[in-house]
Amino acid sequence: MEKVIYLDNAATTAMSDGAIAAMQPYFKGLYGNPSSLHTVGQRAKEELEGFRARIARRLNCDAGEVYFTSGGSEADNQAIRSAAILGSRKGKKHIVTTAFEHHAVLHTLKKLEKEGFEVTYLDVHSNGLVTAEEVKTVLRPDTALVTVMFANNEVGTIQPIAEIGAVCRAAGVVFHTDAVQAAGHVPVDVRAQNIDMLSLSAHKFKGPKGVGVLYCKKGLPLLTFVEGGAQERGKRAGTENLAGIAGMAEALDEAVENMPASSQKIAALRDRLIDGLLKIPHSRLNGDRQSRLPGNVNMCFEGIEGESLLLLLDAKGICASSGSACTSGSLDPSHVLLALGLPHEVAHGSLRLTLSDETTKEDIDYVLKCVPEVVGYLRSISPVWEDLETGKRQHLI
Amino acid sequence: MALYSEKVMDHFTNPRNVGVIEDADGVGEVGNAKCGDIMKIYLKIRDGIIVDVKFHTFGCGSAIASSSMATELIKGKPLSEALELTNKAVAEALDGLPAYKMHCSVLAEEAIRAAIKNYYDRNGIPYDKAQFPDPADEDEHHHGDGEE
Repeated sequence: MEKVIYLDNAATTAMSDGAIAAMQPYFKGLYGNPSSLHTVGQRAKEELEGFRARIARRLNCDAGEVYFTSGGSEADNQAIRSAAILGSRKGKKHIVTTAFEHHAVLHTLKKLEKEGFEVTYLDVHSNGLVTAEEVKTVLRPDTALVTVMFANNEVGTIQPIAEIGAVCRAAGVVFHTDAVQAAGHVPVDVRAQNIDMLSLSAHKFKGPKGVGVLYCKKGLPLLTFVEGGAQERGKRAGTENLAGIAGMAEALDEAVENMPASSQKIAALRDRLIDGLLKIPHSRLNGDRQSRLPGNVNMCFEGIEGESLLLLLDAKGICASSGSACTSGSLDPSHVLLALGLPHEVAHGSLRLTLSDETTKEDIDYVLKCVPEVVGYLRSISPVWEDLETGKRQHLI
Repeated sequence: MALYSEKVMDHFTNPRNVGVIEDADGVGEVGNAKCGDIMKIYLKIRDGIIVDVKFHTFGCGSAIASSSMATELIKGKPLSEALELTNKAVAEALDGLPAYKMHCSVLAEEAIRAAIKNYYDRNGIPYDKAQFPDPADEDEHHHGDGEE
């Protein structure tokens, strides 16, 4: 294949050169186990605590509030289970969330429901946003936890996290946010945004895969996630992934430093892409246009199915993603698009394009040439499109 | 992409027999938009032989490839032979489909049956009703659980 235009940065990113370089010393020279008492081990320990402090500074918390994990899913699982179980010991068995969280959150909550917890799933409306007021109205004396994602992984909408956090704090309810798509892309400040627990994952901001962070506010009790050692203040046993943590610290530093310039540049390309794609008849932008990640574009095109669109774009060198059922092997289309109220037949025709600071105007213009061609072709062989055009079926978008 | 065989990708990216037959002798449409796949097959029939076949499909790559392959397999064949085409034969001719995509080949088989039944009905040709079970309705339209 010739040039590949990678527009699936919400799935994962290429690592930055700086992050790759930052990892190198820890494979051989500084390979010590931070738990060892000798010089080599203690040197590794110093490095580890240095990275913890750097990451804490970027989140505006104390180093003692940062727990290293294997990634976002683990952090989500542990934050939610811990807050739920500790809450239930005080008779609190109610949890508030939204209908379109990541499955790392939703599946954890489903399991808790089976264990007797009650979960309120807030409507995210057609724009993919909840309000702090809506959270407030469903809080109860027995609410143990509110978990609302910072930014949605499919449609990129950014929730009013600081306001939701303030509502929770006033009510004395623990507030967790899955910030996997947000960290390194939009400002995250756990103090200013009233966040008690936060999950992030390094590979979403040009760090390595397999490493992430759970931030947990000081004073908030946390259950042990992994038994077997004193690492992470006894909460998560296992020798630390020092190279991964080094890469994550470097990648987060770079992402935060570059954010003002890169987010502006990426958002401009995003807007060019959205405006161009909306010229396709019977297309729709999914998720609020304003409160949106700088790199996220998510569209539906009526009369076609997302997987075939994805594969034909791949054949043209464009790597995209789809919320379509056929990419996941399940019957239903994306739960995120259904939560936005889209009918099944429309949600099947979705396309997600997620940009990075390496995306160029030429890339966007190439995509804007290819997508209408492919959509037009798939519509030309679609009996659904034929019915829409002949009036046998009503256009929904 | 290793998701599909080369044959599936070939039939998906260069589908055979795409289109509509305006004066078709039989038309069959199966599937539903809610589930994400619809196939419509048009037949031209002379003396019990399928002399032409065209299709339109809304669906994923394997749905389009299954339609394309199924039309190739029945073109020029007597109706009796077309009625014997199984979803398994379509999938095999495509060098296999992922397990959760087997329903696409089932749809192709059903679409051909529906088009032949439509031809029989239009022309008052008697047939054994047992040969044409109702295509799976919405509730039974299941994806990816061992329809091989």
